[in-house]
Amino acid sequence: MGSTTETAASGGGGRLAALTKWIDDRFPMTILWKSQASEYYTSKNFNVWYYFGSLALFVLVIQLLTGLFLTMNYKPSSAEAFNSVEYIMRDVDWGWLIRYMHSTGASAFFILVYLHMFRALLYGSYQKPRELLWIIGMLIYFALMGEAFFGYLLPWGNMSYWGAQVIVSLFGAIPYVGDWLMEWIRGDYYISDATLNRFFAMHVIAIPLALVFLVIAHLIALHEVGSNNPDGIEIKNVKGPDGIPLDGIAFHPYYTVKDMVGVGVFLIIFCLIIFFAPTMGGYFLEHANFEPANALQTPPHIAPVWYFTPYYAILRSVPNKPLGAAMMGIAVLLFVFLPWLDRGKVKSIRYRGPIFKFFLFSFAISFLVLGYLGTQPPTPTYTMISRVFVVVYFAFFLLMPWYTSIDKTKPVPTRVTYHAH
Amino acid sequence: MRTDKTVLLVAALALALPSVAVHAAEGGAHLDRAMNDVSNQASLQRGARNFVNYCLGCHSAKYVRYNRMAADLRIDEKQLRENLMFTGTSPHDTLRNGMNPEDAKRWFGVVPPDLSLIARARTPDYLYTFLRSFYADPTKATGMNNLALPGTAMPHVLWELQGTQEAVWEGEVDKQGNAQKQFKEFKLAKPGKLSPAEYDSFVRDTVNFLDYIGEPVQLERQGLGYKVIAFLIFFTLLCYALKKEYWKDVK
Repeated sequence: MGSTTETAASGGGGRLAALTKWIDDRFPMTILWKSQASEYYTSKNFNVWYYFGSLALFVLVIQLLTGLFLTMNYKPSSAEAFNSVEYIMRDVDWGWLIRYMHSTGASAFFILVYLHMFRALLYGSYQKPRELLWIIGMLIYFALMGEAFFGYLLPWGNMSYWGAQVIVSLFGAIPYVGDWLMEWIRGDYYISDATLNRFFAMHVIAIPLALVFLVIAHLIALHEVGSNNPDGIEIKNVKGPDGIPLDGIAFHPYYTVKDMVGVGVFLIIFCLIIFFAPTMGGYFLEHANFEPANALQTPPHIAPVWYFTPYYAILRSVPNKPLGAAMMGIAVLLFVFLPWLDRGKVKSIRYRGPIFKFFLFSFAISFLVLGYLGTQPPTPTYTMISRVFVVVYFAFFLLMPWYTSIDKTKPVPTRVTYHAH
Repeated sequence: MRTDKTVLLVAALALALPSVAVHAAEGGAHLDRAMNDVSNQASLQRGARNFVNYCLGCHSAKYVRYNRMAADLRIDEKQLRENLMFTGTSPHDTLRNGMNPEDAKRWFGVVPPDLSLIARARTPDYLYTFLRSFYADPTKATGMNNLALPGTAMPHVLWELQGTQEAVWEGEVDKQGNAQKQFKEFKLAKPGKLSPAEYDSFVRDTVNFLDYIGEPVQLERQGLGYKVIAFLIFFTLLCYALKKEYWKDVK
């Protein structure tokens, strides 16, 4: 669309050019297109870690569209919700595909967002001047957690029911207002039809709306400060005579075509799951959730879906419930403060010293191990292991001001590392 | 110094974790592999026959439609009506039964669960193990107990086919001096109509049918998947060629 608009506009004749001018006189279409795509300059040395942002956006669109079609057949009532999901799976044309896309999309969204966040840790993308970009990103992550939590109740399976019960009860750990807060969230004294109705409302309108606005804000902030890159160098510092960064290339067409390759590879993996392993062995769709909600019988082993399990493991590793809930909340919130915890002189891991590399690596390991332990029953051995990794997890953040300031960094070049293929 | 110790600890735990995981997995009840194959249509047809004859009396499959089942299993409407439709009046009906939940509760203590999704909730391996693990236990009301689900309210409805199994236990006395029973093996005390091998394949067919009704679309899903993946590989290669072409200018 853009290139035709441009050539038509520069051609100065024809109906398309006239239409473009008509619109441009009333809406800054060409200006927006140029500033956000065809003349938005990004570093030419993006590596594989830079696919995950655009892919997360792609999955957001998948979730909005599949969610729309699911809503047409889903019934948000405790009497009918479970049946309506099976109706979608069996009787609605292509309903099974839409539902598997949505359920797999939820897990894919978290995988992509976690990889996208880890990219920011690797290359210091949260550092000045991108603090606000990072904070908006974290707000997206929090909204996504809310979206997943509300959405997980909707199939009204037994794991939905008891998972919601457990998570809502965490708010009960807050002193003084806990009980009142739990009632307010549930809209009832227990997880009931009223709860399902309000969770449905949150899941299909409130949070998606917030997500879309936050994503737009994230993109505006990104395009204001410009993308970071694997060298952690500000490409705006070295500009050519035309005012274009020497290491910059136009986002469109270079990165739009490159991101399409990413979309292709992603869709291959995504469809392998949808068509060949939609439950992912009980991790994406849990076995216990194929039984309808039953207030009188818990599943044999209650665990949240995999994307919450690192935090669940943190919660369970603390013997005191309010303290455990607080630690869990802090574990999530600490990410927000990274721009100020990091005292490093360089951004990218390429020029960081060994201590940072060690802490970042241990943090990644601890996140994975805690994630695994959160899915398992809490045996004494597992609890001990998770306590060790909780310490590793928090050490990454809380010791950061210390280890980033004493770490030996390498000199940063003025131009990015790039080898033309 | 501190970091050295942490490295050691991380390395040690990374090595220890898989062995711990294996140990934990062994803790649960042992499940036999069902080895069922939902693409085996003859097996599914036999399973459907077994299901309507032996299960549908007490259990329903309320999400499964007769006509969908017939279409997927290549059974024509005449065969369906004559051999499989013992409940319902139209092929559009789902597999319900005439048992009143109140009666069921009085007779068994629980309402027999709907089986539409049982294979997804419990796994085919579990069902295969369960249906082969009934053994004589005079202390129970039904005279039978089940190793996979001790104290189950379900009578052994397939006893006529399997015969009567007895469980052989190994006695063991633990450190506190309490006797611990350990299951050793099943012994066929009274043979049934089917040989043990025939009974196993009877159960496998039934479990196969339960697997199928858990997700009827799985028969088509994978076939469609190959086509989708083939297209996506082509699409991705095309995108890659396009990317290569554009990126020629980037020096």
